[in-house]
Amino acid sequence: MESQENDRNPAVEKLRAWDAEAVAEVITFRGETTVVVPVRHLRAAAEFLASEPSLRYSFLSDITTVDRFPLEPRFEVNYHLLALERKDRLRLKVMVPGNDPALPTVIPVWPTANWHERENFDLFGIRFEGHPDLTRIVLPDDWEGHPLRKDYPVEGYR
Amino acid sequence: MNAHGKNRQMTAPIETAAGPAQPMILNMGPQHPSTHGVLRVVLELDGEIVRKARPVIGYLHTGIEKSCESKTYSQAITLTDRIDYLAPLSNNLGYCLAVEKLLGLEVPKRAQYIRVLLTELTRIASHLVWLGTHAIDLGAMSVFLYSFREREEIMKIFEFVAGQRMMTSYFRIGGLALEPPPGWLDRVRRVVESMPGHVDEYEDLLTRNRIWMARTQGVGVLSAADAIAMGVSGPMLRGSGIAHDTRKAFPYSSYDEFDFQIPTQTAGDCYARYLVRIAEIRESVKIVRQAMEKVPAEGPIRAEAPGIVPPSREEMKTSIEGLIYHFKIFTEGFVPPPGEVYQVIESPRGELGVFVASDGSPKPYRVKFRTPSFVNLQSLPRLCEGRLIADVVACIGTTDIVLGEVDR
Repeated sequence: MESQENDRNPAVEKLRAWDAEAVAEVITFRGETTVVVPVRHLRAAAEFLASEPSLRYSFLSDITTVDRFPLEPRFEVNYHLLALERKDRLRLKVMVPGNDPALPTVIPVWPTANWHERENFDLFGIRFEGHPDLTRIVLPDDWEGHPLRKDYPVEGYR
Repeated sequence: MNAHGKNRQMTAPIETAAGPAQPMILNMGPQHPSTHGVLRVVLELDGEIVRKARPVIGYLHTGIEKSCESKTYSQAITLTDRIDYLAPLSNNLGYCLAVEKLLGLEVPKRAQYIRVLLTELTRIASHLVWLGTHAIDLGAMSVFLYSFREREEIMKIFEFVAGQRMMTSYFRIGGLALEPPPGWLDRVRRVVESMPGHVDEYEDLLTRNRIWMARTQGVGVLSAADAIAMGVSGPMLRGSGIAHDTRKAFPYSSYDEFDFQIPTQTAGDCYARYLVRIAEIRESVKIVRQAMEKVPAEGPIRAEAPGIVPPSREEMKTSIEGLIYHFKIFTEGFVPPPGEVYQVIESPRGELGVFVASDGSPKPYRVKFRTPSFVNLQSLPRLCEGRLIADVVACIGTTDIVLGEVDR
């Protein structure tokens, strides 16, 4: 779908050198680098990227999901990282299946993930395991369904 | 600080026959003037001390991101105005830049400079609203009246240029909606000439004001490490001593050609953030001055991209290609290549990120607005826990939230 080049991004090289299995795919598009990380490597890769002194992706900008319904794996969860000192951005992408979507939380790595994960839980129904307060954030607690899913009608359920 | 310690003693838990007193739960908002909209904060109080604060949001959730998915790329611009209604042009810019990045479209220099000029005026206007409301929350009435007087002049410029005071939708994909009317730069000049004097006026009222200092110094302290951990951005991050500004770190729209400073403070309290924002108004005035000199009097305001950027009115009326393109753009829209981009700009409140995913259809497959207010508000409990109720008002004011942007 996106142009794929063999990327020379130093962060990607370091991640690969640290654990080759943590990098499933590298996508470069419009100067932005995306690293696809398998779900089981997400937590460790996040810790490595945030703490490795030569990388220091200490700032998590955003977590956002794209619903590829009816494709499988259905959900793509994107983590937008920022290295403040090096002025560099990186996107981690995790593929999550549509049947019982769940991911490990990254709050211990980036505490700001708390509300971002609640938002993705609220609007996409993705569970973040280990989250201390995984409740709806912008919708009422008794809301039915997850509106940003592609099979949720724009006008809502009638 | 002294008052804080004294109050702590005065409000020590009262022992009753039934055991220690239960903490009191106080709902602040959603209808409360100091919450700047419909923010609700559930406070767990021990006397007057806030033990726990939990922001409850969503009262203004309008599903803007879902609505974007059923509109063409151009139609979605009007929704961006409504996210942060105090800085509509910044949102227009973030979204347009994201789609332009997706398309690989270069905008003419003249349009870039006008964009910079207007977004910096937006920053001044937004900071003026923050200053006025923050001051009135803490009891300083006159600053509000003064700052809204000056803001009105800026709103008049927006109305003059875009035809709308608030919901401008003036930046379009590939450039600007209209040629700015003749004489608009004279109006801008009048505002920027008088602005430094007005800022001096606000500073006379507040900066050395003993009540103001007592209410803001040492209140709502956020350390640099905490600020990064909580993902706080904009003046809040800079008030904690981190000199990060997207305009410098990842320049967009020719910001690298402008000469300006990143104001920072190290104290990380409400007073430091006040000083940062005041200094930012002065820096924005500098940028607007430079932009006024750079903007060429004539030249294209839209990129040459047939099929994506609408042709000029004259071309549409006189050439058949122009008519066809005009018709196609406004009926079906245009088709960017499939892919994903994340474009960040420095909005008045901090890092505004726009994530756009395209599947090669005329409508965006997914649009996400990473709004600074949403993330900054998450740090509110850290700012006000352990402090007095009255400080909660100062802490909400200093985060400079816009609830439209928090809830989207």
